[in-house]
Order: sequence, then C-alpha cells, then structure tokens
Amino acid sequence: MANIDSKIPEGPISQKWTNYKAHQKLVNPANKRKLDIIVVGTGLAGASAAASLGEMGFRVFNFCIQDSPRRAHSIAAQGGINAAKNYQNDGDSVYRLFYDTVKGGDYRAREANVYRLAEVSANIIDQCVAQGVPFAREYGGLLANRSFGGVQVSRTFYAKGQTGQQLLLGAYSALMRQVHAGTVKLYCRYEMQDVVIIDGRARGIIARNLVTGQLERFAAHAVVLATGGYGNTYFLSTNAMGCNCSAAIAAYRKGAYFANPAFVQIHPTCIPVHGDKQSKLTLMSESLRNDGRIWVPKKLEDAKKLQRGEIQGRDIPEEDRDYYLERRYPAFGNLVPRDVASRAAKERCDKGFGVNNTGLAVFLDFSEAIQRLGRDVVEARYGNLFDMYEEITDVSPYENPMMIYPAIHYTMGGLWVDYELSTNIPGLFAIGECNFSDHGANRLGASALMQGLADGYFVLPYTIQNYLSDQITVPRFSTDLPEFVETEKAVQARIDHLMGINGKRSVDSIHKELGHIMWEYVGMARTKEGLETALTKLKDIRKEFETNLFIPKLEGVNVELDKALRLNDFITMGQLIAYDALNRNESCGGHFREEYQTEDGEAKRDDVNCFYVSCWEYQGEGKAPVKYTEPLKYEAIEVKTRNYKN
Amino acid sequence: MWLTNSSIGRKVIMSVTGIVLILFLTFHACMNLVALFSAEAYNAVCGALGANWYAVLATAVLAALVAVHFIYAIILTLQNRKARGNNRYAVTSKPEKVEWASQNMFVLGVIVVLGLLLHLYNFWYNMMFAELVQGHAAEVTLGGKIYEPTDGAGIMAYTFSQPVFTVIYIVWFVAIWFHLTHGFWSAFQTLGLNNKIWFNRWKKIGSVYVTVLMLIFVVVALYYCFCGGCVAGSGCYSL
Amino acid sequence: MAKNISFTLKYWKQNGPKDAGHFEERHMENIPDDTSFLEMLDILNELLIEEGKEPFVFDHDCREGICGMCSLYINGTPHGKTERGATTCQLYMRRFNDGDVITVEPWRSAAFPVIKDCMVDRSAFDKIQAAGGYISVRTGAPQDANNILIPKDDADEAMDCATCIGCGACVAACKNGSAMLFVSSKVSQLALLPQGRPEAARRAKAMVAKMDELGFGNCTNTRACEAVCPKNETVSNIARLNREFIKAKMHD
Repeated sequence: MANIDSKIPEGPISQKWTNYKAHQKLVNPANKRKLDIIVVGTGLAGASAAASLGEMGFRVFNFCIQDSPRRAHSIAAQGGINAAKNYQNDGDSVYRLFYDTVKGGDYRAREANVYRLAEVSANIIDQCVAQGVPFAREYGGLLANRSFGGVQVSRTFYAKGQTGQQLLLGAYSALMRQVHAGTVKLYCRYEMQDVVIIDGRARGIIARNLVTGQLERFAAHAVVLATGGYGNTYFLSTNAMGCNCSAAIAAYRKGAYFANPAFVQIHPTCIPVHGDKQSKLTLMSESLRNDGRIWVPKKLEDAKKLQRGEIQGRDIPEEDRDYYLERRYPAFGNLVPRDVASRAAKERCDKGFGVNNTGLAVFLDFSEAIQRLGRDVVEARYGNLFDMYEEITDVSPYENPMMIYPAIHYTMGGLWVDYELSTNIPGLFAIGECNFSDHGANRLGASALMQGLADGYFVLPYTIQNYLSDQITVPRFSTDLPEFVETEKAVQARIDHLMGINGKRSVDSIHKELGHIMWEYVGMARTKEGLETALTKLKDIRKEFETNLFIPKLEGVNVELDKALRLNDFITMGQLIAYDALNRNESCGGHFREEYQTEDGEAKRDDVNCFYVSCWEYQGEGKAPVKYTEPLKYEAIEVKTRNYKN
Repeated sequence: MWLTNSSIGRKVIMSVTGIVLILFLTFHACMNLVALFSAEAYNAVCGALGANWYAVLATAVLAALVAVHFIYAIILTLQNRKARGNNRYAVTSKPEKVEWASQNMFVLGVIVVLGLLLHLYNFWYNMMFAELVQGHAAEVTLGGKIYEPTDGAGIMAYTFSQPVFTVIYIVWFVAIWFHLTHGFWSAFQTLGLNNKIWFNRWKKIGSVYVTVLMLIFVVVALYYCFCGGCVAGSGCYSL
Repeated sequence: MAKNISFTLKYWKQNGPKDAGHFEERHMENIPDDTSFLEMLDILNELLIEEGKEPFVFDHDCREGICGMCSLYINGTPHGKTERGATTCQLYMRRFNDGDVITVEPWRSAAFPVIKDCMVDRSAFDKIQAAGGYISVRTGAPQDANNILIPKDDADEAMDCATCIGCGACVAACKNGSAMLFVSSKVSQLALLPQGRPEAARRAKAMVAKMDELGFGNCTNTRACEAVCPKNETVSNIARLNREFIKAKMHD
C-alpha cells in the first residue's frame, strides 16, 4: 500500500495557505535563471503558469499542439468566472465560495485545496482586469456579475458569452510578453509523447513536432502538465477536436497516480446530437439557465407529436408544460448544479417525454424571459448564443424554445496531486483540468476558469519553488542521456508499430465505437453489469485498434497518426474510468450508479465507505490498475446530503 | 522617417497628398465655374495664373504632389502584390460591402494620370508653358487659329469643339469621380479621423462633395462642347 | 428535417510551402444538410482513408467558432458565406445546393505560408502580439479590480474589439494581404481601457512595425476584411489604430 501524502499544511483552514507561503522554500533570483521548467499546454493554467514563471526569472519551455497558444480550449468557456468579491453585497465571502464548491462537488474535493482556490479567486479578477480583460461593467463603471448554477449569490464575472476567450487572451498576452522578453520559449504544433524520468524525478519530455513528424527531446528541472481533461474519451463531447489525455496518460504509465477518473461532468445544456456524422457537441452556456426555463410536455401524447415533428414547442399551452426542475427543486429551480440538471433531463427522456426526433432532448424556453424583459434585453444578454444556436439548428430561439440535452463536458478527475500540485513523481506537476483536486465529484459552473488561473497564476509559481529550491545545484541536463534516448526509442517503437498495422479502419471509426461504449455504459447512469460489459468491450476495442488500424504512411504532417496516438491513450483512459466507476460503490456528483439512489431518484452517497480519493496506479497494458486511496479529512465543513430542494 | 518606412506612414503620404489634390480640384472647379458665366472673367483668372512666380511655384508643388501620390501608389501596389503571395485564388467573390473603386484605385489612378497628361498637353502646354518659353507676347496656333496663352476660354472652346476630346475628358472625369468616391473617406480613415459614427458621415459628405465637384467639370466641358463657339465668338476676344 | 445533397468538391492539395499545389475533385453523394462543413470534410477523409489514400489536411479545433483555428477559403469567401458571419466550423451544408461546385482553398498570403493542403502557418500573428499586444503587469497583487472605473460603453466597445479570434480571414480576404484589422482590434481593445493607456503609444508603434516587418501588405481601406470577419470587427478599429500610431509618431 503506497503512502498517499497530500502534504496539507497545518493550521486552521483559513490559515493554511498563508502559513504555507510564509514558510515555504524560495529560489533566489540568480538561481532562477539556472533552472528550466517545461510547461505543456497553453490554456488558462498553462499560459498563466508559463507567463508567471518566466516573469519570475525561470527559463520556461512552453508547448502546445495548436498553431498558436491562443487556441487552447479554455477559449471556448462561455459563461464566466467565479470570485468571492462580494461586489453585489449579497453576502458572498471566501468561506461561502469554498463551501459552495465543496458542496457542489458532492463532498469529494480536498478541503484545503478548495479553500485556497476560493481565497485566491479575488486576486484572479484583479489580475485579469489589470491585464485588460474587458469584463462586463455596470453604468457606474463597476464590474457586473451574474449568477450561476448551484449557488445563491451573484459572483460570476463575465465578458459577454466569451469569458474563457477573454481570460485566455489575457493569459496569452502575458505569455507573449514573456516570449518577447525571451524568458519563455514557445513550441507550437508540438505534442508531448512521454515524460523522461531520471533517478525518479521528471527531467524532460519527448515531444513530436506535428509539422515534421520528428520526435524531439527537451530537458528541464521540472515538468508541468497543463493539458486539460479527458472528455474526448467519449468521442462526442463539448471538448475541441484536439483535446486529448495523452500527456496525462503518459505520466500515468510512468507511475503517476490517476485520481477519481470516474468523475466526469455531463453538462445539461448542449445542442442535442443530430446524426451519426457529428463530430462534436456544442455547448449552450449555463448562463442561459438564468433566464431560460427548462421543460418537457406533461402529456406523453404531446411528446410523441413533438417527436414525430407534428407540432412545435410553442404550440403546447402553458398548463401542459412540466417545468420539472422548478417542480423538483423549488429552491434552486433551473439553477441546480449540472449533474442534477443532467440527470433530471435524462430521467424525463427515459420516461418518453423527450422533445426531438430521437426523443433525447428537452426544451429551454425563453418566451417568459422575452415577455418579462423584452426581446432587446434578452438579445443583449444572449444574442450571440441565440445566433449560434440558429446557425447550427436552423431554429430561432426567439420564436421557438431551444432544444438541449446533456453531453460530456468536463472531467473532474485527473492526475493525482498534493497540496503543492505535484504528482507523486517528484518534479512532475499537474495544473488546471489536468489534475483532480478542486472540484470533487462535480464542478460548479464558472469554476473551471477560476481553477485554471488560480493554479497557473497564484499557486504553482509558489509551490514549484518549494521543489526547485534544492535543485539549484543541479546543472542542466543533456538530452543525450540514456534515459532520453530510451524514452524516445520507446515512443518511436510505438509509432512504428501503429504505422505498421496496416489494417482497414480509420482512427475516427474506432474512436466513435469507443465513444458509444463509454456513453452507453460509462455515461450518465452506470450499473455494475454495464461497467463490466464496458470493460469487456473495451478489450475488444483495444484489440481492434492494435490489429485493424490504418494510418497512411506520410512524411511530415500526418493527422491520422496524431489521432491514433491520442486514441491509443483514450482507450486506456476509458478502461480507467470504467474501473473507477465500478469500484466506487456510491452515487455522487457526476458519478451516478443506479444501484445507489434514493427513492425519489437522487444520488445516494456513501460517506462511510467511499469518503476518499481513488488513486489508480498503472500496472502495465492489459492489466487491471491498482487502487490506492487518499482518505478525505473535512475539518471546516460538515458533510451532509446535498439538498437543492429547499 | 516613419512617413516612409511604416505602412501607415506611407498611407498618410497618400492621404495628405490626396486631400491637397482634392483641394486643388476644388479650386480648379471654382475657376471653371467662372467660365460658365463669363469668358472674360475666366481669362482674367488665366492671366493671373500665367507665368508668374507664384503660379509657377504652385504648379511645381502640384506636380510634386501628383508625383509623390503616384510614386507611392506604385510602391504600395508593388508591396501589396508581394504580400498577397504568388498563388492567386481560383475562385473569388466580392463581398457586397466592398466598393469596386476601392479595389481598383491603382488602375483608376493610371487612367487619371493619362488623362492628366492629355490635359497638360491641351491646356498647360499652350498656356503657362507657352508663356514661359515665349515670354509675354506669346501666342499659340491651334487648328489654324492663333490664341493668346491667357485665352483660357478660347482654348477650351477649341479643345471641346472636337467631340473626341469631350468624350475622353468625360471618361476621365468619371474615372476621377470613382477614384475620389473611395479616396475621400479613405483619406480621413487613414488619418484616423474616423469612427463608427463618422464612417457613414464621411462617406456621405465625400460622395456629395465629389459628385458636385466632378459635375462642375462635366458641365463646363459639355457647355464648351455645345456652346463653345458662341462663348469664344461673343466678341470678347476676337482676333 | 434534414435533406441530403450531392455536389462536387474541389479541394486544394499542396505538399509544403515550396510545392506548387493543385486541386483535387470529388463528387460527394448524399450529404445530410445538417452536417457542418467540417463534418462533411470528415466524411471526405473517411472515404479517402477507406481507399487507402492520403487525407485532406486542414486546421480545425474547437468547432464552435471561437478558437480561430479553422481557415478555409470556400467559394471565394473566407470561412464561406453566412449572413451574420461565422467561422468554417459553423457553416452548415444547408447553405449549399444540390449540384453545386464547392471550391476549398487555403488562406493565400505571403505571410501565411502553406504547411500542407489548407493548413497554413499563422505564427506571424503571435509575433505581432509578442511585439506589444499586452499590458505590462506583473502577476501578483494589482489593485482591486473595482478601483479602475470603466464606463460601460468603453468596456463594451473594448469587448467588441477583443472578440477577434485571430483566424486570419481578414488577411485572406484582403487583396493587399494586410493584417490591419487584426492588429487594430488588439490595439483598440487596450487603447480603450484606462489600464492600456500608459503603453498605448509604444504598443501601436511596436505592433505596426512588427506587422510591416513580417510582410503583410498596406491597408487601402477596401473593407473586405470587415465584410468577412466572423466576429464582426469593423474598420473603425483601423481608424483608431491609425490615430494611435500617428499620434505616437508625432510625439516622438
């Protein structure tokens, strides 16, 4: 049994981070210049970390798979970013944000990490405003706020429906400033393939140049992974096409623990699937739930007519509509957390009340908001989202209710990290969505941006120094060391193997199959039998992948190879999710096991047996991973059943 | 020097020279307007703008402005072609918003310059240039008739009595009109004197201004084409 | 309800910046009109791979119109024609008719060399950004966000300028290969905010100098950029950049 040490500092919860910073070891400016850090990823976490570390004086190498750092998928976040500023005088505080986040995460997050997150949240807004992020303002010139699912205060800062974009552009501008200053060296269209371990510490990476197709070696004193989540394991998700979990899985294969992989967030407001050629799902911002009302018909015959396309949503009279979230959760109504809203939608559709031709959609209706506020106000708030919806579906939300359905959106699980955001491999850090620590079993809206930036700007730049302080006498590494040579050789062998299979199937066709299995058996509602079936089927997928894959043999750019290398890891990831889901005998947050529910269909946690973080250790391909647990210790918060009813 | 070595600077040169040339055209149009009412008065103006030091200096400045405007147009066009790259699009479609003139300013400019050369040959050569070469007693023979170089109205009547010139001149005016419909607001845009509100204002002001301006030239040319004989033969300036 | 359409697809193949490149043609049968343009290209690639051929390469990522990665020149218009302006990924096949010929080309501009097929190198934009597209603020504890009051109209205008996704459609559409709409949008965003004012002059000069150095053309105010911008940036940004730049140079 491995000893899982989360390194949570002593002291009362509100003092832990202050104490940590006061006593941690630092690196002096002259020594910072001698230390190299690799940051993989340029999303909110990666870009902000690389910029901050570069500015502090470290020499930073920053990698991204896209053509520019500004394209990272953080850019797609629409709704906003939370911060405990209490600008609205509605009783918000660091504690309340902390509490809401822990509760929203169904009491599976690590208390101390979340408190720190809430603590630095206010600094994030200050930092971003100073960078020129154009947050929405009130007429008096003060910052405006809106509210989001799972909370009763208005603490979400936003920039139209493009908050993620604006925050990322802020971090990107800070990053480019450092690139200009020469402290950060940027490698675009590079994909990390493996991490190089020397004497038990992470000392570099092997990356593939996606333009030349060549493998290259990079050495550093520490490696930071900011490579996002693994939502694309499901093929269809709100993630970008390029999002992948290969960096995290590479670390996992090298011995890093993967924590809580079963905690996958399913977002309730996505545009429903329309056909088998679909490549991704488009999210409609959660902010829509501020003014939109979710409903399905009360009468089954109305639903049937909708499914046959005989009537439209607006034809159904008010009294025949079932606003099921308002009915079931009067206190939070349409603003219940995402996991609750998603399951409720699935429940209605399973009962046959779905409103589109596949029967897998519910209405999100703005007619009441348009009556109450006027079309102009609704247009000002959501105009761009409405336009986007109409462009995709050919239906105007001003005329007819939107159709939405849950889809894979975010992954709460990730590489296990301690309080310092270090994985169990010394020198290997994980930040942002790539790690697991802050969102427990379910993430609240507008918290992902907060966590990414908190990790990158305010946490990692401190904690990494505690690690690097004893590395100052370690000279730079040569990439000719045998560890580099061996690691590169292994990656090359893997590539050669995949290229040599010469089967019949495209990467995407296998990936779609993987996605179907994942959605069917490891999706919104899971059962023991289903998960066992999934594990069997995933074995078949692995076999199909290894024996029947086709990759064209090309020099230079080879998109199919890029995708194959990612799919290789998605399959491993899928198994990991299924193992964890099978192993976690309770329902909590994004993980819903049908065996564990209350009489009225709510998730039933098991705080006696499942009050832990699961940490999975790789045992070799085809072998079941081994689970360790980090028991959760709550000092500040009393663990209760989540209640959004009253 | 930022005016010559930055893209915006080079555009400022185009803008400023362009605005000054529009001002000159305005002056020229006012002068031509006089010719509609009185050939005598018009010739008095022509006389004042003969081989006097200030008129010659002004002409030299104008020539320099045209040269600078044209040379920079060539430089910019060459740079822009290079920036576009070697591969052309197989299919292109012009968005509605984009005015034809804006994409053909150089071609229009070349037409304008060719017309200008003709214009200089028709008038300036027989007027200021003749005076400069021959002194105050200068006279020129056009179509068998002898004109004094200050007899602008007469020379105009002579030129436009030939329909081919009238047609060429009108084509030229249309080219200038196209050039200026874009050039006018574009000059202000380049100088940064524009925003969302002023955008439409400049465009409207520009098109009205330029249209009026060029109409004056057209009207005068047509007037001298059809009624040139009576103007010149009205007895004010007989041989 | 979706219907199916069939059409001829002409797509550009080019093996690296030095290759001459050529069009390939393929008849696409029964494509549901509720697929997106990129999904249609996915179908094309599935077919090509089934036949053991090399797939058609193009940039794409988020597929929801925000990352700015997609860069296809479709039937003479960057990102293809839509009413409101959208990126290629938000272009749906219902915009096309049965029997159409659809021509797909890369962004063609000297500053955007082709990497492969329709994948081009837009790193020039990053270089312009690095030259000055930021506010020099250290990570740490700047003043409270509400200490800087920004009138709503200014904040909204700055937001509109900041909406630029850096896709490069403006450069692709411009007959001069000018990047002024991109550069001016960034300069405008920061020039409109009080935080950005101290460096406004330096920023305008540095970004324009970099833009010129990288071989983008001169703006001749044709407004083709504005017409195709998927995020509806306007040339009033360019006027603002001109103003900022001229002002800065006058002060030198």
